[in-house]
Amino acid sequence: MKLNLRVWRQRNADADGTMSTYEVDGISSDMSFLEMLDTLNEELILKGEDPVAFDHDCREGICGACSLVINGDAHGPERTTTCQLHMRSFRDGDTIDIEPWRASAFPVVKDLVVDRSAFDRIIQAGGYVSAPTGSAPEAHATPVPKADADSAFEHAECIGCGACVAACPNGSAMLFTSAKVNHLNVLPQGGPERETRVLDMVGQMDAEGFGGCTLTGECATACPKGIPLPSITAMNKEWLRANRKVSRG
Amino acid sequence: MAVSGLVMLLYLVVHMLGNLKIFFGTDEFNGYAHWLRTVGEPFMHYEWTLWLVRIVLVLAVVAHAVSAYQLSRRDIKARPTKYVHKRKRASYATRTMRWGGIILGLFIVWHLLDLTTLTVNEHAVHGEAYQNVVATFSTWYGNVIYLVATVALGFHVRHGFWSAAQTLGVGSAARDRALKTVAGGLALLLTLGFVSVPVAVMTGVVS
Amino acid sequence: MKTPDSYGSSGSYGSYADYATGEPVVDAKAPTGPIAERWDTRRFEAKLVNPANRRKHTVIVVGTGLAGGSAGATLAEQGYHVVQFCYQDSPRRAHSIAAQGGINAAKNYRNDGDSVHRLFYDTVKGGDFRARESNVHRLAQISVEIIDQCVAQGVPFAREYGGLLDTRSFGGVQVSRTFYARGQTGQQLLLGAYQALSRQIAAGNVELHPRTEMLDVIVVDGRARGIVARDLITGKIETYFADAVVLASGGYGNVFYLSTNAMNSNATAVWRAHRRGAYFANPCFTQIHPTCIPRTGDHQSKLTLMSESLRNDGRIWVPKAKDDDRPAHKIPEDERDYYLERIYPSFGNLVPRDIASRAAKNVCDEGRGVGPGGQGVYLDFADAIKRMGRKAVEAKYGNLFDMYQRITDEDPYQVPMRIYPAVHYTMGGLWVDYDLQTTVPGLFAVGEANFSDHGANRLGASALMQGLADGYFVLPSTINDYLARNPLESEVDAQHPVVREVLEETEDRLARLLAVDGDRTPDSFHRELGEVMWEFCGMARTEEGLRKALDRIPQIRDEFWRRIKVPGVGEEFNQSLEKANRIVDYLELAELMCLDALHRAESCGGHFREESQTADGEAERRDEEFSYAAAWEFTGTGAAPTLHKEDLVFEYVHPTQRSYA
Repeated sequence: MKLNLRVWRQRNADADGTMSTYEVDGISSDMSFLEMLDTLNEELILKGEDPVAFDHDCREGICGACSLVINGDAHGPERTTTCQLHMRSFRDGDTIDIEPWRASAFPVVKDLVVDRSAFDRIIQAGGYVSAPTGSAPEAHATPVPKADADSAFEHAECIGCGACVAACPNGSAMLFTSAKVNHLNVLPQGGPERETRVLDMVGQMDAEGFGGCTLTGECATACPKGIPLPSITAMNKEWLRANRKVSRG
Repeated sequence: MAVSGLVMLLYLVVHMLGNLKIFFGTDEFNGYAHWLRTVGEPFMHYEWTLWLVRIVLVLAVVAHAVSAYQLSRRDIKARPTKYVHKRKRASYATRTMRWGGIILGLFIVWHLLDLTTLTVNEHAVHGEAYQNVVATFSTWYGNVIYLVATVALGFHVRHGFWSAAQTLGVGSAARDRALKTVAGGLALLLTLGFVSVPVAVMTGVVS
Repeated sequence: MKTPDSYGSSGSYGSYADYATGEPVVDAKAPTGPIAERWDTRRFEAKLVNPANRRKHTVIVVGTGLAGGSAGATLAEQGYHVVQFCYQDSPRRAHSIAAQGGINAAKNYRNDGDSVHRLFYDTVKGGDFRARESNVHRLAQISVEIIDQCVAQGVPFAREYGGLLDTRSFGGVQVSRTFYARGQTGQQLLLGAYQALSRQIAAGNVELHPRTEMLDVIVVDGRARGIVARDLITGKIETYFADAVVLASGGYGNVFYLSTNAMNSNATAVWRAHRRGAYFANPCFTQIHPTCIPRTGDHQSKLTLMSESLRNDGRIWVPKAKDDDRPAHKIPEDERDYYLERIYPSFGNLVPRDIASRAAKNVCDEGRGVGPGGQGVYLDFADAIKRMGRKAVEAKYGNLFDMYQRITDEDPYQVPMRIYPAVHYTMGGLWVDYDLQTTVPGLFAVGEANFSDHGANRLGASALMQGLADGYFVLPSTINDYLARNPLESEVDAQHPVVREVLEETEDRLARLLAVDGDRTPDSFHRELGEVMWEFCGMARTEEGLRKALDRIPQIRDEFWRRIKVPGVGEEFNQSLEKANRIVDYLELAELMCLDALHRAESCGGHFREESQTADGEAERRDEEFSYAAAWEFTGTGAAPTLHKEDLVFEYVHPTQRSYA
């Protein structure tokens, strides 16, 4: 098939950007969206033009690197990552708009590549269990109810891609933060740091300049791993509980 | 936001129920309006309770508005560059929280000028609440303003109530359906209750 | 600027295969004595660094996968100053994240007869007797501690209703020793390591450089003292100095272009280390995974693996007739060849990875393959659905079926899946001693980057175990010895002639890539190299084919340096330049892989030489000649390397020919 692409081009963080138009032909419906972009880039290189920069790595939907807003949707029209989106979701002759994640906490690095290190700093603020190597008790010392283990796993599935922020009209990172808070706070191993974890992570999230949550639900709709919206509610509960506990000393 | 919103919501439910007294005739409605000023006597002085409620409400409105303003500022700052490709987003109620809030804020001002201070009311006689209400809804603009505000209120409450529950951490996947139903029910009840008065005036049931 | 000769290899075609054999390489650190006590012995003999002095030592760690992430976190916890690098935008994206199946540990929670010794035995045997006994035994011992460590970190392993950890049997072993977190075990373990690392970053003990790619090692006075790395955003090339350098940069499967590796996984760190003196061991040992989704066309950029647990219930078949292009459901039962069940009646569809892969290749070579290009075999769940019901199949394999459907647009509940083998893991890597130190003092290699534990074939669910064993437990116990025995030196002077030289060489290489301004893209070369490697150094290798590849690779390299086109400049975010520079190293490493495959005229594990097979077509190992690890020493681009053999001694597991019939 033949497609018209309108792609955000921006030379570097300081440069102004604009939407540029490209035409690609001979696209197979079996191609992934990124393979379609590979095809465009091969043509651009041979023409001596700068290929379109985009983040990608595993191309199997788990590393969380790929990050395109396609026709206004984070990761495009299907509920998956951009790398697992295939061209059969489009039709011959379509015009496709491709933009980077938009958030002040995710500044553009080049073209479609953004800097998501704010997410790493949120994890650094408390998204861990302090268990230095060698200090661990025998794994079966603390049984974990299956329901809790499953719930922790569902939240731990987050791939840190940032689609939640990209999709949120407010550029909020609540779903990302809540995924990690809930993963660790539901487990007995995460218990001792339960209060500081949620307070510090939310504090860091706010300091990074993400927007506030108005519970529009766009984040959960865009999340390729299906982190549910009630995750945010559960974090709010943890946060209120932690505040009460801390204020009581 | 959640707490101030819930305070106002509680007030609105009482307010709406009180409004329905209009269907029991002039005397009962005016009597009710008078009673509002004498509640709590003799412990409270005349109108003290009413003023207490008014103060709490003003505080709630101010808190709600200030938080909304701060939240909006923060949200707009968090997305300085808009997407070129626009798409339809979220539910209607969610998208209209900001505008709905502004409409409601403006409405409150008009509503106070109309039926509390009676500044813009056509009848404008203190103590004759029933006649004042009828006067308001006898003008086309009175009806339009009121109806627009009431619909905005419905939408605002529908998302606001559910949203407040999430903020306060009482929602859960299991409870979500129930919460959404309650939010929708509350919104519908308030809208219908409030709308019934101008409709009654317009149709001559109340005159 | 250098002359083209130092990049290409004009004029020396064919001479590469004339390698010389040097002195044997000996693992001087390996303790002797009863095998179960060796690790304790080594830990006791290793010198320690005074806790107060540790912060004065800087350790560079390259890579943030399971091995690098866990090593960085643990070294920082011990008090060292760690400077860590990853090319990804976040340490959490390292390719360990894509591992699906699970992690082995000899916990014996099932009381099914498992033990450290059994895991040790299975791994040595599974590796087809080409791994070191001491290393493998240590790995089996440490496996139990890994599970404890990960659980303490909050890794959400699958659990039973009683709240205890669930395990499953994996890859045809007879005990249930594989711990898992649905089909995302690698992700969960990596996030555990990432979180531990994040904690140390926040504490100021780890200085992290994301989006920074190592391009060379700096060796001063015979010791690794730092690296040259490029900031991928600004393009700035800088030097970083340390007292020791740890490479945790993963495997080199991307030499094949199409593999299950991440697109940007690359061999530059290990290859540059090799060029600076680190021996490269067993480069031809490549694991080809049998259950991948076949390619759909020339546009294919990577291959996707599906967990081999699918072989527990799926049946593999091809049509009996050649060029049978009927759709699967139109082929009657008696015209189907369930070839694994036919050839290996006792193991059936559960034969080890290398055997399953080669059998698929054979039937496709016979013209009986299915799907586009005839490069695929059926993996059929019709019987399983009939037997267990669709619901049960869905519960067990639902996510894999969804993934398959998303990629191929075919419904595996209705039509059989098509699978084909793909390059998945590289057992070879930098030669390391028992302490995980390479032949360059102060340069260590952990995880898939080293060669140590899997021999010629890795068992399922053992990669995660090895990466974490190296990073959490082995390296942090052995690196002390090096640091303690090599007293603190003053920091390396950035103006030291060696440093200037390495830096200039790197800058020069990139400048030259940009200057060629030819007419072919980096990908076109990578694809071409990959095709040569897949054809001649893939699932089945012959002397003739390998010699062809050894002729062809220098030609491609030569053409590369004449016709490559890299747009843009070096001082910017330039993904084409990154790619082209990685291909430079693939073009050299590929040659070594072929040479290693050529010299090892036996079949073992993932390395199958057609000349060395039994009458019924099974791999034939030749222990008298090849019971050694082949460690290669670099002598120059295109110049024949020198072979150093490390003899393998088997005291506890007696070598036998594997048999799965």
